[in-house]
Amino acid sequence: MKKMLLAATALASLALVAAAEAAEKLKIGVTATLEGTYTVLGEDGMRGFELALRKWNRKAGGKDLEIVVVSTDTTPDSAVRAVRKLVEQDKVDLVISPLSGSEGIAVRDYAHTQPQMTFVNAASGAMETTFVNPAPNFFRWNMDGAQWQAGLGDYIYNNKGYRKLATVGEDYSFVYTQVFGLAVEFCGLGGQITQRFWVPLGTKDFASIIAALPDDVDAIYLGLGGADAVNFLNQYAQAGGNAKIVGGSIMVDQTVLSSKGRAKEILKGAVAASGVADTWEDPRWQAFVKAYRDAFPPDKRFASPSLLAVNYYNSASAVFTTLDLINGDLSDGHKKFRETMAKLELDAPNGKIRLDQNRQAIGTNFVTEVIEDAQGNLVSKVVKVVENVNQTLGLPLDKFKALGLPSRTNPECKKY
Amino acid sequence: MARPGLPTATTAPATGAGGISPAAWITALVLLFMPALASDFFLVQVFGWTLILGTIALSLQFLAGYGGMVSLVQMTVAGFAGYMVAILGTSGLGQISLGWPFWLAVPVAILLAVVFGTLSGALAVRTAGIYTIMITLAIAAAFFYFTRQNETVFGGFLGFNGVRAPVFWGIDWRSPVPFYYLCLGWAAIAFGLVTWVIRAPFGLALQGIRDNPRRMAALGFDVTAHRIAAYAFAAFLAAPAGILLTWLNGQIAPGTVGIGPVIDILVIAVVGGLGRPIGPFIGALLYVLLRLFALDLLVALGLSGQRFQLLIGIGFLLTVLFSPDGILGLWERAQQRWAGPSGGGGR
Repeated sequence: MKKMLLAATALASLALVAAAEAAEKLKIGVTATLEGTYTVLGEDGMRGFELALRKWNRKAGGKDLEIVVVSTDTTPDSAVRAVRKLVEQDKVDLVISPLSGSEGIAVRDYAHTQPQMTFVNAASGAMETTFVNPAPNFFRWNMDGAQWQAGLGDYIYNNKGYRKLATVGEDYSFVYTQVFGLAVEFCGLGGQITQRFWVPLGTKDFASIIAALPDDVDAIYLGLGGADAVNFLNQYAQAGGNAKIVGGSIMVDQTVLSSKGRAKEILKGAVAASGVADTWEDPRWQAFVKAYRDAFPPDKRFASPSLLAVNYYNSASAVFTTLDLINGDLSDGHKKFRETMAKLELDAPNGKIRLDQNRQAIGTNFVTEVIEDAQGNLVSKVVKVVENVNQTLGLPLDKFKALGLPSRTNPECKKY
Repeated sequence: MARPGLPTATTAPATGAGGISPAAWITALVLLFMPALASDFFLVQVFGWTLILGTIALSLQFLAGYGGMVSLVQMTVAGFAGYMVAILGTSGLGQISLGWPFWLAVPVAILLAVVFGTLSGALAVRTAGIYTIMITLAIAAAFFYFTRQNETVFGGFLGFNGVRAPVFWGIDWRSPVPFYYLCLGWAAIAFGLVTWVIRAPFGLALQGIRDNPRRMAALGFDVTAHRIAAYAFAAFLAAPAGILLTWLNGQIAPGTVGIGPVIDILVIAVVGGLGRPIGPFIGALLYVLLRLFALDLLVALGLSGQRFQLLIGIGFLLTVLFSPDGILGLWERAQQRWAGPSGGGGR
């Protein structure tokens, strides 16, 4: 008993020391997909986060930043486990999480149960996360999957003359949201989506899908990411596929374009839309690309920062800027932090970003085509810039709500 | 004669008051008063999760250790119960969940999971050895892919979120201390049931069937029926643990019943030791600690956190390499060495 008492005292004094230390330090928890299908995405996301840390010299609001990283694997289970560890065990002051679409919905639900903590989305892009039952303590500084498709439908209909599409996508929230964004615009103009194929996240063998792809379409839309995207392209190339490609935001992205092998060649000329474009002339973007290239050796990075690196960089920048503005004072239960962050306008490398009433980003979107640059790298070239893209894609709220939520079959392909 | 390495009723810890070792008493006391010692996170995410995974692995240990049947379907049975609670009870997916009150949803979910486990057993019992592993793995994989593809009943990739533990008697059973006792309670009951059953006529017959099924059949025992009953009993142990797991995460999704978690349960049971019911719990504790803190450990050592999976793998590899009968075997050998040839493990 005496021993236990002694141990308890020792523990208590340790806790006191920890509390005293915490007064001068701010602990930030981050999650990224460092395992599974989206490992490369998580790793590049962490590079973006590291860039923000370096820019702020690991200090924000006058306090030293201490970072705790937890890995997830795109499943909602792993995301909940990760943020619970950050909040309840590591006792972080702020959480930047998560990376992937279905994780985002799970973390938002967890955020509802932790009203004292503030969660800043790292990169996830499912629409429901901020559109349905939004949590007052959950902020998202990146656009959702549908916003990231803004301008794409219009461009392929009017400039490329595509009228019929078939889609192949990973079977989860983010890609439903992407196809949603594409369908609203493309079908609104009179385009047709004849078939939608859904493959489980982490699929290795696409043979049956490739065999089932229709011939009587103008192009095939691919909404795949990470290892899935590379596997699909390899198998599609081997099968002699040569359809025109329209790509989702993480399909035509450096996480795929930088992959080894020839399969990615299929992507040459592919049209896509995303929150970033590799060759954008804007000085803010060029400065960011230079910082990214200078910070990491060529074999430890991509030719140009991916969408994930930019999202993580922006989310971290928003957190650090807000902390600077309030002098790192979180003692009022994050009240000042949240009020300041809600009003912040972020001058991000991919254009100015502000938040709407659901704390969801309104930003700039890019329609791109894949080209080979002077060094032989595949990069995305801007063909159209769409500014001020909001979550309802420019539609009035009631009309947008009437479309329903993204799913395998929703929205129907028709004029709205 | 028991084959070496396999448990017999006599090596199981005695349940009579005189037979309980001081170590067991201390463990029980520490577990009982854990809420006074541990933080909420440790209570729920470390010990709660350990007890849940330990109980599921215990159901595998019972089948493998006493029945000679290595079943990979135990995590699936637990996940099935979790899914049933989400489907029958309340969840964030209002259009699927039926909204039954918990006192109806929980027993029905357990019952359905036991039926599922029994049917899986009925399919598997006519096979032996590696074929049992394969057929149970096939069932587990089929269930995983089915839940991931099916949206109308199982909710697809996202599964069910917002599955809350019930609130009754004025207690929120998902708050840390009550939830810990809930997990501890079921783990203790499951542990007690296993130690009791293996000494009851049914358990002894099961061990006889494990060692020599032909002879038992000749003696008039229905081998198949005994084995199927063992699957049913194991499913009954695993199902409530699956429900607790769902409440712990507040959700259930295909990731919970994926091939990874299914294999993890086997790893937990093997690393802990298949020899005794306590083994799976030791294995689960090691697994949970590694899962939660491997990344932190690497970062603390100044290494890149990226390779944390390697650390987990090496941890398990070393255990199995140096002690084929798990941590439990390691402990028993150490005890024998200290106590000399006459004391200790009892073999």
